Amino acid sequence: MDIEELIENFSFFENWEEKYQYVIDLGNKLEPLDEAYKTEEWKVKGCQSQVWLVPHFAGGRIHFAGDSDAILVKGIIAIILLIYNDKTPEEIKSIDVMKIFAKLGLEENLTPSRRNGMLSMVAKIKEYADIK
Amino acid sequence: MYDVYKIRKDFPIFDVRINGKPVAYLDTTASAQKPQAVFDAMRRVYYEFYANPHRGTYYFADAITTAYEQARETVRQFINAREVREIVFTRNATESINLVASTWGLQNVRAGDEILISEAEHHANLVPWQHLCEISGAKLAVFPVADNGDYIEEEFLARLNEKTKLVAVSAMSNVLGTMFPIKKITAAAHGVGAKVLVDACQFAVHYPLDVQDIDCDFAAFSGHKIYGPTGIGVLYGKAEVLEKMPPYQFGGDMIDNVTFAKTTYADIPARFEAGTPASVQAVGMAEGIKYIERIGFADIVRHEEELIRYTNERLAEVPKLKIIGTAEKKGGVFSFAVGKIHPQDLAFVLNKENVAIRIGHHCAQPIVNRMGYNSLARASLGLYTTKEDIDALTAALLKAEKFFREE
Repeated sequence: MDIEELIENFSFFENWEEKYQYVIDLGNKLEPLDEAYKTEEWKVKGCQSQVWLVPHFAGGRIHFAGDSDAILVKGIIAIILLIYNDKTPEEIKSIDVMKIFAKLGLEENLTPSRRNGMLSMVAKIKEYADIK
Repeated sequence: MYDVYKIRKDFPIFDVRINGKPVAYLDTTASAQKPQAVFDAMRRVYYEFYANPHRGTYYFADAITTAYEQARETVRQFINAREVREIVFTRNATESINLVASTWGLQNVRAGDEILISEAEHHANLVPWQHLCEISGAKLAVFPVADNGDYIEEEFLARLNEKTKLVAVSAMSNVLGTMFPIKKITAAAHGVGAKVLVDACQFAVHYPLDVQDIDCDFAAFSGHKIYGPTGIGVLYGKAEVLEKMPPYQFGGDMIDNVTFAKTTYADIPARFEAGTPASVQAVGMAEGIKYIERIGFADIVRHEEELIRYTNERLAEVPKLKIIGTAEKKGGVFSFAVGKIHPQDLAFVLNKENVAIRIGHHCAQPIVNRMGYNSLARASLGLYTTKEDIDALTAALLKAEKFFREE
């Protein structure tokens, strides 16, 4: 699935319950993160739940794996990784994630006051893009 | 007759509708909402006689000084202190405790001494003592509570000895709701020559605090939790203890005489109130106290105890919900977990349903960890809380439990 399909899928939901049930489903299908990575080293700071993010660099592209112990956050991680995964650092830097989340109707998850750490996660992804 | 619906009309914030629906405010433990009378009193100061207290020789300055000192007297009566000079105004309870740590503490606590606290203390009544121990070489001793949050006298007494210089304990835990028997604790501490500081932040909201009856040496609480404004707190200290303490901060208002060679300091409480004070906030806090007194603690306690019973009954309907802190003597604080659902997930659904609760470690990480959690959800009651608020909480929790139930 690409992001355009995702935006289309989200356009059918009529209330927050349907929308976030789908977010949970996306989280359930997230590629599992090896337990060995669930350490302080890979933790994203500034989250009320635990969030881990691990980059793999190959062929000039970055593949991320992530997880969280909060169900909704895990779903949001799945969406963020769908947006950023297997892109070049230049592509990563050019993505307007706020705009995509607005189209999905999920922008509340990226406001600084929500403190669910998703902004910190996006910042971390860009940081990895910068060092490559 | 206690009419909670009439009382709620005194609180403008309860008129707010989010997405057309009222909000069930269940976070009074973090901060209380404020009645109109508090806003009116503060506005009256700004509109009619605002100036800097203690300094002027004109009408406004006299009026604000009188109002500020009357606020001090209102606080004295509220906690039944012997003298008005035993009331020190601070920014909040955290500052009150830090004041004691960095004045009385540095003066009296030495290497080899001990400071004794409970394991259920808020960080504000833990970290200042930990820091004092680090710089003085004293030891921080901690007495555990039971798994249900109950106070265990033997555990406390086992750690109290002639090395104990201070016992710092909460009158009511902000996580477990446990009410510690502070009068008995104080008597035992005095028996070994230790001083006692009571963190009264939660207790003072729900029950009458009598510092003479408790006989504690210090007590601390915040204005914003007793239905007053932010930016103002209280440190109570026995006059004979305060009198021997050095100043906390230095500057205006706390001096007696200043020359380049030497400065002498003002008497208590001015010695501890350097700089322009939060006079308007003090007036606001006094008005919050008067509001509580107009309703009366007898009726507030009766109302809240009925709500505690009702909340326990309703929360029992939520599958897999476990209340953390079920001490025999507890106030209206309900920390809980629902199965393995992350509190952040719970809070998301509750927010969608306009139910305001707190999640996290509640500034008391050690006790949350001790109970086996990193994070807990917490609902708490105030004098304006209704059964409908608890119904909204229960309905939202049932919805969340279903929403996150693993198939």
